[in-house]
Amino acid sequence: MGSAFVLPLLILGLFVALTGLSLPSIKRFGLHFIVSPAWNPVKHDFGALSSIYGTLVSTFIAMILAVPLSLAIALFQVELVPPVIGRVVGSAIELLAAIPSIIYGMWGLFVFAPFMADHVQPFLARIGGNLPLFKGPPMGIGMLTAGLILALMILPFITSVTSDVFRMVPAHLKESAYGMGSTTFEVARKITLRYGIDGVVGAGFLGLGRALGETMAVTFVIGNSHRISASLFTGANSIASTLANEFTEASDPLYLSSLVELGLILLILTVMVQILSQLWLRRMRRKTGKGM
Amino acid sequence: MQPRLATYRKLTNALVVGLSGFSALIGLFFLGWILMVVILKGMAAFSPDFFLKLPTPPGVPGGGLANAIVGTLLITLLSVLLGVPLGILGGVYLSEFGEQSKIAAAVRFCSNVLMGTPSIIVGVFIYAIMVYPLGHFSGYAGAVSLAVIMLPVVVRTTEDMLRLVPNSLRESALALGAPRWKVTVQVVFRAAKSGLFTGVLLAIARVSGETAPLLFTALNSPYWMESLSKPTANLTVTIFNYAMSPYKDWQRQAWGASLLIMMGVLFVTLVGRFYLKGRKTP
Repeated sequence: MGSAFVLPLLILGLFVALTGLSLPSIKRFGLHFIVSPAWNPVKHDFGALSSIYGTLVSTFIAMILAVPLSLAIALFQVELVPPVIGRVVGSAIELLAAIPSIIYGMWGLFVFAPFMADHVQPFLARIGGNLPLFKGPPMGIGMLTAGLILALMILPFITSVTSDVFRMVPAHLKESAYGMGSTTFEVARKITLRYGIDGVVGAGFLGLGRALGETMAVTFVIGNSHRISASLFTGANSIASTLANEFTEASDPLYLSSLVELGLILLILTVMVQILSQLWLRRMRRKTGKGM
Repeated sequence: MQPRLATYRKLTNALVVGLSGFSALIGLFFLGWILMVVILKGMAAFSPDFFLKLPTPPGVPGGGLANAIVGTLLITLLSVLLGVPLGILGGVYLSEFGEQSKIAAAVRFCSNVLMGTPSIIVGVFIYAIMVYPLGHFSGYAGAVSLAVIMLPVVVRTTEDMLRLVPNSLRESALALGAPRWKVTVQVVFRAAKSGLFTGVLLAIARVSGETAPLLFTALNSPYWMESLSKPTANLTVTIFNYAMSPYKDWQRQAWGASLLIMMGVLFVTLVGRFYLKGRKTP
């Protein structure tokens, strides 16, 4: 039964191997690596700031879009339509999770990005043209498109957990509220959401972890430039996209080890999110006394 | 407190109901859009050559992806052979032997962390322990990285499925004098057979569309593979390379490969779901 211990060993191995390969870059740049915006393979000067910035901003866009949308879809499934239709909609939304990342990438690059460039971005520039967020030529690819596709990709995960949580709300609570004359929305807001808020936060953590590490779809559409810009239209990069693009081209040891250090930063980020969400779930289980 | 007007409350309600219906439509709309685009563009690329021939040099039209199709199948098969037995053993430990112990809790925790680790990080990890020391990319490394991604999924579903087997079954077998391992293999496994099968299918669906880990391990190759110890052609990395290339014919083939991968993954997922449903409502 030693096989179960492969799992802790793998986690340990992940940290040891990644730290080992990134030692040259850690020695050379130290903590400065995290705050330096430089990325110049020719001059051997590397920094992680633009990649970290891109990862966080694209994830942020995805979260502020996906969380409300998932809540609305979960409510629709559980509260508003008959269970049969709810289940059909639910399975369809879950199919979004089964589509491989690279398919989102293909669709994003060849179909969605041109659509953004022709229709969505000019529109945003017109209504919010003075904001630094919407400056720059509408190229289609860039931070905004990457964030939108990420939102679409994490949507099924958040929706599925949220609707499970909503289904667990005891019927008598809802029925009493309806009996008092509440409207559907009032029941959803004051009963279902309040009862299930812990689970919704847990679902958010799950989506967050997914969005941080998502690679191929982002690589296709984010534009891959090591630049930090306030505009969401310009090309950017994320830790995962930098790795996917440059890893096999990294010729000298310092370049390679800087890339591995980027990976180490991403690993630490996602493991932190995982630990937080596990602790949250444990707290929740203790509070409600049932498994999730 | 002043009671709010009934019309106002009804209006808010109608608005929210409308909005949430609209959200569901948005989700379904994007699903339909993606499926339609991939099917239409992918079908256009399908031809006998696509399935039977090797890739042509850059810029030369024609050719196919036969080597990548075979490569993807082989790498996935090998990763199943590596990941599934290990994962099932891990799940058996958690459900039958570890149960509520501190060690089992720690293993479960690690399994969840590993499940949340981005696949590209697993790719870098396997690069660091297999490709870097050996000095070359290989199909084996690709299979190992997929097995690592698959492992926590199999562990989780195995544990869940074994837990559904009623304890009375175990107790009856133990009371007849059967040793613990025999109970597990001959009674518990048999009772949870279709559940375990579903878990394996879902794990295959999870890894067969993966690209990021293969990028650093199996890489790609325009030739028939001689052995899995060399860089091995596979569909997903081919899609990435072809899509980023300026050649129209390659981009067309990337759509074909996308359709092939998507059909495979969706098929396996749906079969898994179907099985799961059949088991839940007997």
